[in-house]
Amino acid sequence: MSEPILRVQDIRKSFDGSGVLRGVSLEIREGEVVVIVGPSGCGKSTLLRCINGLETIDSGEIRLHNEVISGRKKDLHLVRQKIGMVFQSYDLFPHMKVMDNLLLGPVRALGRPREEVEKEALQMLDRVGLREKADVYPRTLSGGQKQRVALVRAMLMNPELLLLDEITAALDPEMVSEVLNVVIDLARGGMTMAIVTHEMRFAEAVADRILFLEDGVILEESDPETFFHSPKTERAARFLQSFTYASRRDGAEKQSKNNPQG
Amino acid sequence: MQGLGIHVLFEGINFQRLLGGLWVTLRLALITIGLSCVFGLLFALLMLSRKPAAKVFCRVWLEIVRFMPQLVLLYIVYFGFARIFGWDLDGETSAVLVFTFWGAAEMGDLIRGALTSIPRHQAESAAALGLRKSQVYRYVLIPQTLRRLTPQAINLSTRIIKTTALVKMINVAEVLKVGQQIIGQFYRQPDAAFWVYFVIFLLYFLVCWPFSVLSGYLEKRWA
Ligand SMILES: Nc1ncnc2c1ncn2[C@@H]1O[C@H](COP(=O)(O)OP(=O)(O)O)[C@@H](O)[C@H]1O
Ligand SMILES: [Mg+2]
Repeated sequence: MSEPILRVQDIRKSFDGSGVLRGVSLEIREGEVVVIVGPSGCGKSTLLRCINGLETIDSGEIRLHNEVISGRKKDLHLVRQKIGMVFQSYDLFPHMKVMDNLLLGPVRALGRPREEVEKEALQMLDRVGLREKADVYPRTLSGGQKQRVALVRAMLMNPELLLLDEITAALDPEMVSEVLNVVIDLARGGMTMAIVTHEMRFAEAVADRILFLEDGVILEESDPETFFHSPKTERAARFLQSFTYASRRDGAEKQSKNNPQG
Repeated sequence: MQGLGIHVLFEGINFQRLLGGLWVTLRLALITIGLSCVFGLLFALLMLSRKPAAKVFCRVWLEIVRFMPQLVLLYIVYFGFARIFGWDLDGETSAVLVFTFWGAAEMGDLIRGALTSIPRHQAESAAALGLRKSQVYRYVLIPQTLRRLTPQAINLSTRIIKTTALVKMINVAEVLKVGQQIIGQFYRQPDAAFWVYFVIFLLYFLVCWPFSVLSGYLEKRWA
């Protein structure tokens, strides 16, 4: 197998003396989709934020293509040009039209010619069904449309790795799938991704590997089939249990799987 | 001298004198607003700095400016500085000093508020795109700050224009003072005062109204 694109080695991070990441190691290979799940507050966002330098780490090391990227300051922007990230909150720039949102990174950070990027941007918008929205301001878009634009914005940087942090958590339920289908499309195209999500069925559909994070450590690492149908740890089983509901009719042990909200 | 008192405005060069007074008002206000923007920016940066001493300094300054009537500050500088330090400042210089002392603090607080009201995610997602720190400010934070700031800054500017009327108390011949001189000259015309003040009201309105329209327009446009 090829060298991993990303290698996280025993990283630790604490806020105000309480350990949020307590020795996390993971590797992601090219084209691989790793989904990180775990109870809220277990450190998933912190992990992704450490990877692209939004948080500093206390110890350990992060490498991108064997190059150490943790603990850097001056050329952090160069590292981030290779790692795309989309957040939970809608973070399009409200004072720019959709197209200007998309051009900002490639034109200003990478110095690519505007016309060339514009063509590419229109193609990508077309792919996510939003070509006609190029000239509108983000406030006129629905939440699902905003997140699709945010995905396009990240992809236009041609990142080597894409980090997605609960990108559908703030969406109305009917908009979740329009966004996640774009992610699945990217996965099919071979995009390397680390995804944090609470959408378990999506996780099962998209993941090559599931990491179960609890209390700042990775408790279980499995392929999706194993993780969702016969988890190795009791903690993971209990976590998955929290996404199911008991039926109110007879045969109460029969349970229906459901997607949680938020 | 009978008939409507409004004619006093057109006796001799009275109307020109009034416009001259208005120009003094405007000049004072414009200089003050300009300096308030410059020092307000420094004030905001001080307030946002991590040094506790700088923060305390700014808070004290802001409190003084807010609880002290501007007139008292004017008297302190115009009369007090001459006695205590031997600085014999003329009325306009004193006024610019005092109003800038006030305007810079208020403007600084507005700038600080506008900057800190931008969600942290804006800066983070710009940084995540691989922009340098200076580019994050230039393309993302400063444009949004200006949009939030402009209507409030315009509002403060109209308050500064109105407050300049106080300088007549330290013998600067701004528009109100000139008006009173004209009224004094025609003390036998009972309704002269009404007409002079009415015209001054119109002049202030003409100066401040465009600002208010502009601010309303920008607020709607950038909402
Ligand atoms: N900037 C911060 N300052 C202090 N505590 C933080 C900060 N960011 C996260 N935390 C804490 O770290 C823990 C993990 O947070 P997070 O990584 O956001 O969890 P998750 O994304 O898994 O829900 C939480 O207890 C949270 O309160
Ligand atoms: Mg989170």
